Amino acid sequence: MNILEVKNLTKQFGGLTATSDISMNIEKNSITAVIGPNGAGKTTFFNMITAVYKPTSGDILLNGKSLVGLKPHQVSQFGIARTFQNIRLFNEMTVLENVLVGMHQNLKAHWVGTLLQLPHIRKMEEAAKVEAYDILKYVGLEDYVNENAGNLAYGAQRRLEIGRAMAAKPKVLLLDEPAAGMNPKETEKLTNLIYDLRSKLDVTIILIEHDMKLVMKISDYIYVLDHGELIASGEPDEIRTNKKVIEAYLGKGAVAND
Amino acid sequence: MSALFDKIAQNKKNQVILFIAYVVLTGLGLFLLPDSTIAFLLLLFSILVLYYLNFNLRAKWVTGIAILAVLVPLIASHSDSYQTYMEVGTLVGIYCAMALGLNIVVGFAGLLDLGFIAFFAVGAYTYAIFASGQASKFMPFGHYPLPGDTFWIFIFVGALVAALFGILLGIPVLRVRGDYLAIVTLGFGEIIRILLNNMDHPLNITNGSMGIASITPPKFFGISIGNASQFYYIALGIFLVVIYVVRKLENSKLGRSWKAVRDNEIAAQAMGIPLVKTKLAAFAIGASFSGMMGAVFAAKQMFVDATSFTYLESTMVLVMVILGGMGSVPGVILGAAVVIILRTQVLTNISDWLSQMSTNYGIPIPPALSPEKMQLLIFGLLLIIFALYRTQGLIPHKNRKVDVELLKKESAAAALEREKSTSGGADS
Repeated sequence: MNILEVKNLTKQFGGLTATSDISMNIEKNSITAVIGPNGAGKTTFFNMITAVYKPTSGDILLNGKSLVGLKPHQVSQFGIARTFQNIRLFNEMTVLENVLVGMHQNLKAHWVGTLLQLPHIRKMEEAAKVEAYDILKYVGLEDYVNENAGNLAYGAQRRLEIGRAMAAKPKVLLLDEPAAGMNPKETEKLTNLIYDLRSKLDVTIILIEHDMKLVMKISDYIYVLDHGELIASGEPDEIRTNKKVIEAYLGKGAVAND
Repeated sequence: MSALFDKIAQNKKNQVILFIAYVVLTGLGLFLLPDSTIAFLLLLFSILVLYYLNFNLRAKWVTGIAILAVLVPLIASHSDSYQTYMEVGTLVGIYCAMALGLNIVVGFAGLLDLGFIAFFAVGAYTYAIFASGQASKFMPFGHYPLPGDTFWIFIFVGALVAALFGILLGIPVLRVRGDYLAIVTLGFGEIIRILLNNMDHPLNITNGSMGIASITPPKFFGISIGNASQFYYIALGIFLVVIYVVRKLENSKLGRSWKAVRDNEIAAQAMGIPLVKTKLAAFAIGASFSGMMGAVFAAKQMFVDATSFTYLESTMVLVMVILGGMGSVPGVILGAAVVIILRTQVLTNISDWLSQMSTNYGIPIPPALSPEKMQLLIFGLLLIIFALYRTQGLIPHKNRKVDVELLKKESAAAALEREKSTSGGADS
């Protein structure tokens, strides 16, 4: 069953076409990779799904409901969470608070109730903290609960972003270059984490990634973008041998000389 | 020396003894030297000492309230300057509440507001118009001035109207950020002041630059409240409520939303935080504190006009927040106290002393050089010094730490619970 359907999605910035006429069907509970050279329009594509950008034309359907025209926070409430290519944590807040913010849409606490110290709200806050702690344990940050997020090491910040996105209990999780800047050991840990995430949260994962080893190992299906256009799609083995893909990555000459 | 400090810090009994000794000593000092401003300030300083002791929170609150509500007024009442002291106390209370309000907007939500005094003005005028004959000049019904008993309702009305203006300001400025936001809010503050100054025609609402005089003093069960020593308790009461509200909100869902928006708007939205609602809540709640204190201010002065709400006052509130420590509740309170005491006590005292010097010893000090007249320069220098050497303010903001051991335990307990329920389900 398809959880997310993207239909003829186009985004133009003035005269520049960032993505043109992209269509995708993303199956529930799958791991899908979106790859392509720098500037191919991958992050623009993510930004359109999360309503940071409004598409020039085309449609995005989550479980058959259109997401186009919604506000970013509404898209998030529909069940789409994401991480960012250039890490965007709440740097001046603690690691635990970052995860708690991720949980916000599942916390029904009106501020009047907070002021009155209603018992059920206090209980909910306590339970949320325990749950946040469990998430931190899961992404391996349980030793940094009270640390400011901005003080974490790079790899830890990436994991915290994933933890924060997990906390929202999304249906679809978008990971924008989760392995960027990681060493091979960290990448391997991350690969296992993503793999595990899918079964644990029963979530559909779409990721943008340049680390081909990771992409080939992890994905069920791959979409390849180049210059804003979808040039290929298929299972990892098909993509590996696809001429157009090799051309996009290595240049025309590389294929000809082969 | 530091070893001594460590020893004191570890031993609670020593702390209690030392603290009581300090309070008794400064209390006695004020009792014996009733006109000494320094003795009064030292007694107030005990609150700060109290903050740094490691008693439990409740004990601190009870002691602090006891000192402010009983001890300080009691000892000060022996002094000839009793009303002056209480006047300072009231002003500190008023500005603390206002600074805490601005702290929500600037410190928590990260929205720089340079026109914050506008909300104070709105609260003040709300009470002033209805508690004087002014309202009868444009209201087709009702008898004005309203009696002093309505003051207590007007504390809330002031808060409400100010919150409304907060939202009114909020809606147009939501699209701008940073420096642009600061300029727009500055303009808003000036617009409100100029409006208040000119709304005497065609309909006389604010009485223009003449201001509104003979405002009815509040009544408490038939007793008319007119002294600074009585207003002190009103200001203290509202101040305590404001601290409670800020403390509770800071670590709630709303408080975290504010900080998330401050730290990263895009990520906050991606986590499902509605930007507009969150920012408007910050403006409205911050403004409402100012509005409440505005009503108190109008009642205390019994006269309001637009000159009390100039841009300088907005800057002063901002200085309190920055000096104390943006986002830090105890810091902002200390900042407000320091600025008010500097303005009303220290600078005037130094000015008096200097003018005495010049008359007694014939040292010619031009009046233009008196510290009282150089307030802006002095606060400007203070800000520069802080920007250079202590950017985080007097008491830097600290995030609330959770007890990790407790979380670990609860998490383990919850896991056990889950296991039990799933295995129980399998059995049946």
